[in-house]
Amino acid sequence: MEDRHVISALVENKPGVLARVAGMFSGRAFNIHSLAVAPTMDSRLSRMTIVTHGNEQLIEQILKQLRKLINVIKVQDLTDGEFVEREMVLIRIKAPSARRTEILRINEVFRGKVVDMSHDNLTVEVTGSQTKIQGILDLLSPFGIQELIRTGTVAIPRARKN
Amino acid sequence: MKHTGADALLMALKQEGVDTIFGYPGGAVIDIFDAMVRRFNESFKFILVRHEQAAVHAADGYARATGKPGVCLVTSGPGGTNTVTGLATAFMDSVPVVVFTGQVPTPLIGNDAFQEADIVGITRPCTKHNYLVACVDELVQTIKEAFYIATSGRPGPVLVDLPKDVCQAETEFHYPDDVYIPTYKPVVKPHMPSLKRAADLLKRSHKPVVYAGGGVITASAHQELRKLAEMMSLPVTMTLMGLGGFPGNHPLSLGMLGMHGTFRANMAVSHADLLLAVGARFDDRVTGRVEDFAPNAKIIHIDIDPTSIQKNIKVDIPIVADAKEALSQLIEILSSDRRQQRNEKRLREWHAELTVWRNEQRLRFDRTASVVKPQYVIEKLYEITKGKAIITTEVGQNQMWAAQYYLFDTPRTFLTSGGLGTMGYGFPAAIGAQAAFPEATVVDIAGDGSIQMNIQELATVTQYKLPVKIAVLNNGYLGMVRQWQERFYDNVYAHTDILCGPDFVKLADAYGALGLRAKEKHEVEDVITKALTHNGPVIMDFQVDREEGVYPMVPAGAAITNMILV
Repeated sequence: MEDRHVISALVENKPGVLARVAGMFSGRAFNIHSLAVAPTMDSRLSRMTIVTHGNEQLIEQILKQLRKLINVIKVQDLTDGEFVEREMVLIRIKAPSARRTEILRINEVFRGKVVDMSHDNLTVEVTGSQTKIQGILDLLSPFGIQELIRTGTVAIPRARKN
Repeated sequence: MKHTGADALLMALKQEGVDTIFGYPGGAVIDIFDAMVRRFNESFKFILVRHEQAAVHAADGYARATGKPGVCLVTSGPGGTNTVTGLATAFMDSVPVVVFTGQVPTPLIGNDAFQEADIVGITRPCTKHNYLVACVDELVQTIKEAFYIATSGRPGPVLVDLPKDVCQAETEFHYPDDVYIPTYKPVVKPHMPSLKRAADLLKRSHKPVVYAGGGVITASAHQELRKLAEMMSLPVTMTLMGLGGFPGNHPLSLGMLGMHGTFRANMAVSHADLLLAVGARFDDRVTGRVEDFAPNAKIIHIDIDPTSIQKNIKVDIPIVADAKEALSQLIEILSSDRRQQRNEKRLREWHAELTVWRNEQRLRFDRTASVVKPQYVIEKLYEITKGKAIITTEVGQNQMWAAQYYLFDTPRTFLTSGGLGTMGYGFPAAIGAQAAFPEATVVDIAGDGSIQMNIQELATVTQYKLPVKIAVLNNGYLGMVRQWQERFYDNVYAHTDILCGPDFVKLADAYGALGLRAKEKHEVEDVITKALTHNGPVIMDFQVDREEGVYPMVPAGAAITNMILV
């Protein structure tokens, strides 16, 4: 079974570390669906959120291969437990004045923000889980999406409840 | 007191106990070479190879023969790129090698400067780890880490890229005693409950087999393996990399398994009810079709590298640990546990079955032929050297015949490129082994194809008076590919005929080495004896039966019981 897994890796914030991780994935024919990287509170470290697909054995191999890299400190498969995931997307839609209201209504339902507007198009910013993003994209695509930029998923495990 | 980066590097190498360096000079490393000759001439034996690839293979051969890390020093750009095959070879076989490459000065990096290559980028996937030293104050710490990473856990090659200005800049020299890398902590101690379960399975099994890989040799676990096997009457089969990890002439040895393994080894694994894998990684040349590999066996897998476990084969008891540590604990558990008696009768039946398989299909070739059979050459080499030589091989038929017919009794005496299968490995590896052990008999078992991939090193052996012996099994073919073409490609020998030469005797002469030739079987012994008693490098040109094949053979992707026996 090819399941979606969200992997969180804490790595050293050093030149070449991203290349090591990305190279390991491509060299071993593992798939990266999305990848988001930025420094943590401690600027010597970075957090990578990697979304990938695979069966149990493949995911186990991905986790082990990540741990084997010298610059990787900690690797967690968030899919093992409860976690919150978000992705941000910027969508530029064709929006002649006649259709604008409808688009804005959809945007409102998805709690999107309008970040740019011109005579014949508008750009909205939407944040949410992958399913939510897919939802708004499905609804907006009939209007004509001109450009679409996604950040890739970032995710955090849920805090343990006492 | 301040030292230049070049001096600090050489001081660090001394601290690491390095005595031999293989390499080739160039513009970017000229300061290091200058320092080496002016101030460290007594500290290191330097071997100037004739191609950087050979420098890495030689360092690799040195490392495999001694167990100590091999060290290489080459220049930037092409010097670095020429090391790639050597690094990939060492990486696949887990050999500790530290390669120092020169780099253009830091202000020029990225500018397409003369002899610039992004060697850290290029070698990332074929090293265990690599470094670019951006500042001279990081140099010494980096070297310490490089040696630590290369030699600990599952060993492997590490490359350190040294910009020219870093070698010229000055720094304080304080060599750290210890190294602490928070992100790198290899596990060596076995998980005891798993080991106890493994011991239990071993005791209850009726048809056990040990499948021993190169990890046994790397971990120096050969004595523990032998003790365990003898104590529990465990038959042992070795991978190509594991040869020497268990004595090949031991009654419990089944020989090598896999594609060109012995009939009895492959049958044993396929009928076993328990497989104890130690320091092996279930390579496709060992398992054949994975679904049919050890189908009836519970599998215990001891390996220091977690990624090797559950990669190709699902195992029942995974144990991440150093092989020596795990085996000695296992022996302890088994010898203190008297609860369970083994079913001796069933075990005797198993050994009887193994004997039947051995007698049914021994390794064999036509002994009546007057032409030189390559297997005969290896047998004679084994006999005349009394099994005491360090054998290196190239890759192909020569390698498989060496693995089958030279019985390796001690670890670190068989140096071969197992994982990557690098033609051209054997000769420079022999140089490395000979540099480490000047008194030892070192023989490269070669083919006429492979030997030409690093033939230029004849100049190196004559320059340094390294008495390496090369046994060329000369069939005028790229023999292993030809054998596949014969078997699976309708005898269409597509570009595998290389009968055109060279004349190896004349070639040896041109380089100042001794060349000997045997065209008939009766000349073989004489050639070997002459070569071994000659105090210098020798090429033996054995003109062997052109179309002799390596058998048994399991076609790629077939079950390992599916052997072509011929």
